[in-house]
Formats: sequence, structure tokens, C-alpha cells
Amino acid sequence: MLYDISLKIAYDYDSSADAGRHILRIVPADLPGEQRVIASSLTIHPTPSERVTRRDFFDNACVDIAYDDPVSETEFRVTARVERHDAPPALDVSPDLPSLANELTQHASIGPAAPHHFLFPSERVAYHPEIVAWAREVSAGCFTAFSITRTICDAVHDGLTFDPEATMVDTPVDEAFRLKRGVCQDFTHITIAALRGLGIPAGYVSGYLRTLPPEGEEKLEGADAMHAWVRAWCGADMGWVELDPTNRMLAGLDHVVVARGRDYFDLAPVKGALRTAGAQTTTQSVDVKEVHPT
Amino acid sequence: MSDMPGRSGPPDWMARAARLLRDYKPLAGVADELMDTEGNVRPVWINFLQDLTALPKDELTLATSRGDQYLRDAGVFFRHYGPEDGAERDWPLSHLPLLIDIEEWHQIAIGLIERADLLERVMADIYGPGTLVRDGVIPPDLLAGNPEWLRPMVGVRPRSGSFLHHVAFDIGRGPDGNWWVLCDRTQAPSGAGFALETRMATARAFPDIMSRSNVVRIARFFRLFRDAMLDLRNGDGSRVAILTPGPMNDTYFEHAYIARYLGFLLVQGEDLVVHNGDLMVHTVSGPQPVSVLWRRLDSNWIDPLELRESSQIGTPGMLGALRAGSVNMVNAVGSGALEIRALMAFLPRIAEHLTGKPLALPNIATWWCGGAAARDYVKANLDRMTLDRAMSTGLPFDHGEEVTIAGRTPEGEPIDPSRIDTLAGSLAAQEIVSLSTTPALENGRLVPRPMSLRVFLARTPDGWQVMPGGFARVGNSSESANVAMQKGGAVSDVWIVGREKDAGETLLKPAETGFRRRQTVSLPSRAADNLFWLGRYTERAEHKIRLLRAYHLRLAETGRPDLPLNEYLADYLETLGCETPMATTEDVRAALRSAGSIRDRFSVDGWNALTDLLRTMERLAPKLRPGDDAARAMSVFLRKISGFSGLVHENMYRFTGWRFLSIGRAMERAWATSNVLCAFTSEAAPEGSSDIAIEAGDSIMSHRRRFAVGAGRETVLDLLLLDALNPRSVLHQLTMMHEHLRYLPVHHEGPRMTPVLRQVMRMETDLAVATADDFDDARLSEVAGETAALTGLLAQSYLR
Repeated sequence: MLYDISLKIAYDYDSSADAGRHILRIVPADLPGEQRVIASSLTIHPTPSERVTRRDFFDNACVDIAYDDPVSETEFRVTARVERHDAPPALDVSPDLPSLANELTQHASIGPAAPHHFLFPSERVAYHPEIVAWAREVSAGCFTAFSITRTICDAVHDGLTFDPEATMVDTPVDEAFRLKRGVCQDFTHITIAALRGLGIPAGYVSGYLRTLPPEGEEKLEGADAMHAWVRAWCGADMGWVELDPTNRMLAGLDHVVVARGRDYFDLAPVKGALRTAGAQTTTQSVDVKEVHPT
Repeated sequence: MSDMPGRSGPPDWMARAARLLRDYKPLAGVADELMDTEGNVRPVWINFLQDLTALPKDELTLATSRGDQYLRDAGVFFRHYGPEDGAERDWPLSHLPLLIDIEEWHQIAIGLIERADLLERVMADIYGPGTLVRDGVIPPDLLAGNPEWLRPMVGVRPRSGSFLHHVAFDIGRGPDGNWWVLCDRTQAPSGAGFALETRMATARAFPDIMSRSNVVRIARFFRLFRDAMLDLRNGDGSRVAILTPGPMNDTYFEHAYIARYLGFLLVQGEDLVVHNGDLMVHTVSGPQPVSVLWRRLDSNWIDPLELRESSQIGTPGMLGALRAGSVNMVNAVGSGALEIRALMAFLPRIAEHLTGKPLALPNIATWWCGGAAARDYVKANLDRMTLDRAMSTGLPFDHGEEVTIAGRTPEGEPIDPSRIDTLAGSLAAQEIVSLSTTPALENGRLVPRPMSLRVFLARTPDGWQVMPGGFARVGNSSESANVAMQKGGAVSDVWIVGREKDAGETLLKPAETGFRRRQTVSLPSRAADNLFWLGRYTERAEHKIRLLRAYHLRLAETGRPDLPLNEYLADYLETLGCETPMATTEDVRAALRSAGSIRDRFSVDGWNALTDLLRTMERLAPKLRPGDDAARAMSVFLRKISGFSGLVHENMYRFTGWRFLSIGRAMERAWATSNVLCAFTSEAAPEGSSDIAIEAGDSIMSHRRRFAVGAGRETVLDLLLLDALNPRSVLHQLTMMHEHLRYLPVHHEGPRMTPVLRQVMRMETDLAVATADDFDDARLSEVAGETAALTGLLAQSYLR
């Protein structure tokens, strides 16, 4: 599947913001076998005093920028053409939880892909006993790591209402869980907390979602801004699987990956607020259009 | 050692020591530093004990109070977090030193150097190739779940090639007489400065004994470490700075002390900025490069952009500067990863794996409950273990609420062993060790108290240097193994006793030590800001106290608060927010807050004078009766505040910081005086107002000398606004500001004159050529307004 992606994120500051720094993770990733970036560009306005592209610990590309002088507005634009491949069908060859734990202890690596990173509390997803208890309840009767993962993702979708007004970007996971409302970030964090609590390594994927559904299908939730979904490690044989709890589906052809990490903290699209006394307004617009090769 | 009294029988001096040692009964099953198992005093203590018993009557009491007095005079405190949050407390000195023979010390030092080298290799591996995990020597969970293992630092090689430069170890002696490492401090070990102060205090308490005791000196350690840090610079005139979390930190005193002692810049996160990968400090001369940062801040707080988002004490972009290789961090960011309890379970294996031999100085036995075999062993031996969070970086005796000791929770409930299986990798168990006891002084007698020792190591071009000594934490009861200082223990000096006298050196007398020029450093903007406000607040307090005295004197004379002048004055005080004498304490408190942020640049005497002033004010002010009583008290306050001003202005070196302090004082005085003139020379002011203005301006004598007539609007304006010779006049303040501003660096491109200097000169000229007739109420309030606006102009050029 071929997509043309465009993103615009703009910040307006009431009073001129002091010199500041950002880390940007908004450009689609080149992932051999999964997706291919044919062309991409990132433009930043005003032009920052410093701009460095590098890779972070989880091997995501990120762009460090800095402004020496105060700015009153900033704007980040991405345009990209990306080819997304069909994900292989997830045949459930995952072990049960005790075997999964055993496989983890056999896995002697601490590289970026090691599942161990995704088992412990991270900056935004702590250990939440009430979420774990709930996860145990809804997944009772499931035995393999994958079936548990799938069941929990579905249960998060069914139990929560998509509601952009209910939560903020920094609403704690347990609060969103109690509200039973939120956006893709909350759906994803709750699922991560649940999976980790049961011993299944789980992380966060940020990316884009196609804007308009293929004919005859419903429009997906979260397509109007950058999207987030879950990845879970289902044993050495099955490896990582990606699921979208916001849309009750496996992530696949409709999902374009930008970055992968433990939670939103590792991957926030625009990290680091400017120091400013006044209020700021943010606007974000995304368009992910399917391109039919001529 | 045939000259040492042995087992043949108690010598004479022991009979004299009998009274001192009457209550000294080492505990069964615990080693004791002073006595061997037979009850004989160990050789290293004999001379000391002889000297101690030879002290004249009462000298022991005098000695201990001399030590305490030293610490008070030096302003030594540490912040105690407890019920009354953040209260400063005197440094708790246990007056007797701990004595260790130099031969034994050499063995300890060899073991600790070996351990520091090992930790450096572990650091290089867990932030580098990761072979320890790959080879199965440490489980991946130990890093993946380690809150101090910082992923953004993986793959970042330190500029100097070394991750660790300054480490500390807590060690203790077990019942068999051998030393054990209780914990490794690799994050940002505190205490080296305290060790120095403890040494000074103990030297003050027992000067003669110390000079006879062949104590190895510790100044050399600091010189070598200082030189090593200076050598880590990029060789381009960049600076070494100590990064502190700020005055609210429990060891801030030490940061300020050591900065002053070593001649390094003391900075906070907000003083620093990263510019194109270079780390710079904001100074009054503009940004200047820093290439070595001695970090006294835990890693997670150092960069809000990539690490803890909520950190207000970090510097955005710091990790970028480290990636760019422009800064040597002492120690590398992420070095706290080595401090977790569970790692101790693996260090013996790591040592075998990396060096092929066991540790010379082992750590206390530790088990990580992530492995089934370790869990089973722990469950079977719960009665001789403590069980706590595996990832805790707390001190060995500093446990969280979830701790179980000998199988029981702090509430005394036995732990269900199946919990250990459930919590598994989040737990680590450690063997309970009974630490040796050392003598402490209690009611004139020696008593045995459990102790642990903190030892400091510094990396130098010639390898690790071990501070000969350090300090010992001494528990305050023999039953408790709890020697954590924040829980009420005390600290004693550690004397490494050599065979002969250590000729030594001291940093306090640089001339003797191969003097090295201190780095030249501009004043950080934040320090300038604090000095400026210190000047302003003390002047503000003084001004309000003068006005209050004027009011209460009149009340005392007339007994009538309803007289027009008294009412007018009361109203004016109200506009200053100064209805009662208590209100003035706020300004002194604000002055202390400013002074507290620049302890490294501020004399201890000045600090003591200010705290003494506040204490006096807080004691007297609430009880004062209006009239004579209050007026007298105000005179007392004024005397004390003049004492402070005198100390500062007579004794402070005339460097840039002093100019900011002086500018603050002059600016406040100009502002307060012009406001008083507006109010008390106005047409609307009641009779007698001119006298108030003169009293507020402390110019009664000058007025009498200059004018034959009583005070009137014209004479007051002449004296307090326009008289260049009156140190209280507004013109004089402008002249002073002009003078100081001329010496301040001009760092902006463009005009050579800063806006603040231009405005000060303009106002100075205006007043210099004016006469009292030129000023009506409107013009006067213009002067007051212009004076107030100077602060903003100063800030624009220097304080941000």
C-alpha cells in the first residue's frame, strides 16, 4: 500500500517564548520488510539555530533542534511517501505465560530489541494494581501470550469510549482507566500497563493511520492526528506483534510507523516545551492519503 | 611491638583510664575497634588513650565544645528531612576519632582501588558492548528494570575515557575482624567536604593529641583531585564547575564549602545553557564555556528534555553536550546504575569473569531473588537476612517500608515465603552483619557504638587516590545496628595512624603546596542576582526599622496614635506593608534566602551575623509593646544590621560580586529615600514630617551641622536628595552606582555603555545640577519612578 503523508504541528505562544530545545520524532521510519520510505521531508519554521539528526536508544530517528532567540510561534511540517507492506498473518505460536517468563530468562541481550525493556515500569506507565487485576479477570480462560494480548486489547477497546475531551496529554494512566475515556495514547498506555502486569513485554508505537477508509469501511478513530498503538512480545517464535486497541484490530496496512519505545515519554512527537510565561495553543493536522500507482 | 603494653598486666595509665573505660563493655559476638576479645586495648589506640586520660580535669568537656563551636562558627549544617521538613541541623559530631593503623589501612585501600577499577569496567560494559549480559554474567533484568540505567547514555563514551572519577564506599568490620563493603556510591557521592570539616573540628577539639598522633593528612587527596579535575579541561580556558541541586538539597553546605575550598565555580542547572553542543555558564560577562562538571545532582534530574521531564534543576540539552563530547562529567551520567542493591549479588562473579580472581575486599553477601536457586536459599535462611527492593540505591541501613529484617516486617509480622516467589526479581536479600563498635563519649565515659566507615576515592592521572580517613557514622545506641546519619547518629573523624609524623600539606595555606593559580571565573548571573537582592533586602529591612523607630518614638513621647503626624506615618508604614515590627523579619528572611544561595561566595561571619539578626528579631518582635519598648528594640535591630553591613563592606573582597551587593544597597536606598521625600516633604504632609524624613535618612547630625534652622522642605531636599557629600542622599547613591557600573564587564556587542549605566549617569547629572527649588511633588515622584525602573535595566544587562 502506498501513502502520501502530510503533517503540520503548529505552536502559538501568547508571549514570546524563551530560547528552547526540542526533540522531534515525526518522520515515518524506514523499516525493511515492513515499510519503505520513498521520500520524506521535514521543514521547520522559523529555522532553528541548531539541527541535528541522530538515532535514539531504540534506534528511532530523531531530530534535535534549538532556538537561541525567543520565538513567538513554531511550525513543523512533514511530507512523506511511504510504502507499507502487508504484515504477515499472526498465527498464534506463542507460549503460555510461565513459558514466556522462561523464554525471557533465556534471552541474554540488552540491545534495543530486547523484550526486557518493555516489562518494567517506565516514565509514563507505572505498575497499576487495579489495571493488572482487571486484565487478569478479562483474560481468564486465555492461555497463550498472544490470545491474552488480543483479548486485553479488545477489552480495552470495548471498555473505553474514545473521547478527546476527557483526557490531556499528561493524564495519568490510572486516571484514564477510571474515567473509561480517552484517546489513542490512553488506550495504548492502559493496554501496556495490563500486559506488563501479566508478564508480557509491551511497548508503544507512534505513527500515522490512513485518513479515509477503503470503500465500504468505517473511518478509523485517531486518523486526524498522530496515532499510537501497542506492540507486545509473544515469545521467541512469534516475536513482536502490533495491535491497535483504539480500533480493536491488529496493526497492519492502515498503520505507518514513526517510532517505537516503552511509552509516550520515549516517543513524544515534539518533546520539550519552550519556556514561556503565557499560554500556548497547538494545532495539529494530519493527512494520510492512499496513492494509486499509475 | 615489644614496647606496647601487652597481656602481662595493666600498665599505670590503664589505671588512670579506668574511670573513662568503666562502662566500656564490647558486645559479645561483635568486633570492637578499641579492645580485642581479651579486653586489651589495641596497640593503635594506646597513645591516644594515654593522651586522653592525661588531659587536665574538665579539658575533655572543653575539647568537645571546641569541636562543636568550630562547626557552628564554620556554619556547618546539613539539612534533615523529617517531620519538620528541611530544617537545618548542626553537623552531629561524635567527638572521638576512630583510629586505624596505617598497615591495615593500606590493605583496605588496595581492596577499594581494585573495586573502583572493577566498577569502572562494569560501567564501560553496561554503557558499551553489553558483554556481561550477553555472557550471562548478569541478567538483563538488572539493567532493564534499573531506574538508574539510562538508555540515552548507552553508547556515549566519556570524553576522558573514564566513567568514574570520584567514588565512595561504605565499609564495616564484621565479627571475624575482616572488612566488608556495605555499599558502593558511584552516582554523586557526598561527604568528602564533610570529612574535611570533621577533621578540622576534631583537630580543634584535640590539637595537642592530634599533633602527637602521626595522623596522615588528607589535604593531599584534595589537591590531587583538584589538579586531576583541572587537567580534565579541554585546555582552552574553559572551566571546572560543581553542579549543585541548590540550597534546598541536604548536602548543599558541602557543595558550597568544597567549591570554595577547591576554587571551583558552583552552579545550578539554570546557570547553564547548551549552545551548539558546548556547555556554557551564564555570567555577568556573557556565556563562558564549562568543560568539566562535578555533578552533585542525581543523573535523572540533569536534563529535563531527555530524562525526568519534571526536573526544574536540570539543563535542557545536557545529554546532547555529552554526546557531542564537550564536557567531562564527574561521574558520567548514569553511574547510579551501579548502586542498586541487587548488583552486589553479582559483583563476585563479575570480578571472576573480568579479572579471573576474587575480590580482595568482598561486599556483604547478597542474593537477587530473580533466580529460583537464590530464592530457595533466601527462603530457607530468612532469619539471618534483610529483604528489600532489588533496585533500591539506599544506604545499607536505610530501608524502605517494605523491608523485612530476619523474616519480619517493620510491624513484626512474619513474611509469607510465597511472597518471595511472587515478587521475585524485585527483591534482593542481604546477610545481616553485626558491625564493629568504636568508642563514643557519653557523659564523660567511653561507650562502644556500632560504626561504619565512608571512604573516598578520586581518579588522578596516576590512578585512584584513597582519602586517608574519611568519616565514620556512629550509631547512638549499642543495640541498634542503625547508623544512618539522618536517623540520629553522629559522625566521627577517622585517623589513619602512621609510624611517623606526616609532614603534610594543607590547601588552606597554598603557599606551602606548590601553588597553582586558581581559574579565573566570571560571576555567574544567578550569583550576581542573589548578591544584588541581598544588598536590597538588608537595606530595605534597615529602612523600615528606622521608620518604625521614628513612629514608636513619637508614640512614646505623645502617647497619642491619633495625632496627625502619627497617623500619617502609620499610613505610610502600611503602604510599605510594615504595620508591625514583625513585618521587618520578612525582609531579613528574604536576605537570608538570597545569601543562602551563594554560600560559596559569602563569608561565614556575614552569614552568622545575619542569622543572629533574624533570631533576635524573631525573639523580640512578637512581644513588643508599642511606644518606648518597640523603639528601643528597633535600636537594637539597627545596631545588629549595621554590624552586618560593616562586616560585609569592610571585609568583602572588591570583586564583581561585591559590586552587585553594593549596587543593590544603593538602588534600594535611592528608591526608599526618594519615596520618603515624596511623602514627607509634600504640601499635604502634616507638621513635623520633615523631621521624619531626616530620621529615616539617618541624617539628624548632618542636618544640624549644615543648617542653623529647623528642618523644612528645602533643607531636607537639599540634604537627602542633592547633597553629594551625604552618604544617605539620592545623588550619592547614583554616584555610587555609576562608580560600580563602570567596573562591570560590558559583554554585548554594540554600544559600550549599558542602558543601565546611561540612565544612572543621566539621573546623576540631573540631580547634580539641580537645586531644591526645582522639585515639586510631581518631579519628585518622577525621580522615585526612575529609580524603581533601574532594577529592570540592570537585570537586562547582567542578571539573566
